[in-house]
Amino acid sequence: MAFQTLLFYLFGTVLLAAATAAVTLRNMVHAALSLILSFFTAAMLWMLLEAEFLSILLVLVYIGAVLVLFLFVVMMVERHTPTVHRRRNYRIVASAVAAVMVAELGMALLAPDFSPAAQPPPAPLEYSNTKALGSVLYTDYALAFEAAAVALLVAIVGAIALTLRVRPDHHRQNPARQSRVRKQDRLRLTDGRSEPPC
Amino acid sequence: MLSLTHFMLLSGALFAIGVAGVFVNRRHALVLLMSLELILLAVNTNLIAASHYLQDIAGQAFALFVLTIAAAEIAIGLAIVVVVFRSRETIDAEDLSEVRG
Repeated sequence: MAFQTLLFYLFGTVLLAAATAAVTLRNMVHAALSLILSFFTAAMLWMLLEAEFLSILLVLVYIGAVLVLFLFVVMMVERHTPTVHRRRNYRIVASAVAAVMVAELGMALLAPDFSPAAQPPPAPLEYSNTKALGSVLYTDYALAFEAAAVALLVAIVGAIALTLRVRPDHHRQNPARQSRVRKQDRLRLTDGRSEPPC
Repeated sequence: MLSLTHFMLLSGALFAIGVAGVFVNRRHALVLLMSLELILLAVNTNLIAASHYLQDIAGQAFALFVLTIAAAEIAIGLAIVVVVFRSRETIDAEDLSEVRG
């Protein structure tokens, strides 16, 4: 138990430090890398909470795909706009809002009549988090699961439609024209003798 | 001994950092998106902690859906940032006020 507590404080410190760095660093690439570190640390915390599937999903899918995409966009945009910076200072407002939120949450969570459940015993060795999650996902939440899939599809189509550029000077394939081509359009038979070039 | 309060306080602090990031960087569209990501991460951590301490897998299923929608949101958000950057060569969120209402 004590080891888990130690891990919790270690990961919690790294998580908060990386999150703070992600929103305050001026260098956007460093900020994006800090965001990746904070997500990775959060995945470790989820592992501590025995949510193994979501933890690995966060590392593989979220860090591996989404945040790397983020990094690409940051590098593409930031190279040309080094002057986007914080012209007005909202730091005091931001700290005040954050402090009030933490204080309120602390008051609610540390109130004497808030008695959360004790730490449950660790799951048995043969327990599979993936299996448990899948068995509710495909039965109780099947409709929500399909809706999430549709949302992802809409996001794919939307992102492509937003960023697709049709340039007039681009050479592109036109499958309709390609399949309409006949032999006599392309092929010319000669009788083997030299003929003047046309 | 770790309790639910530990995890909830941690995710509350993470949420507050995300909200503070929205305030500090309200001109920079990309950092706004990063702050949104942090806020959603805090929410997910909270859900998973509650799911573990109450021994109810539904919290994790919900966290999975939040993760899905967050990924969709970030894809669309980044696409919009790229389009805006292409057309105006800036991603300053306060310069994007064409329609004055």
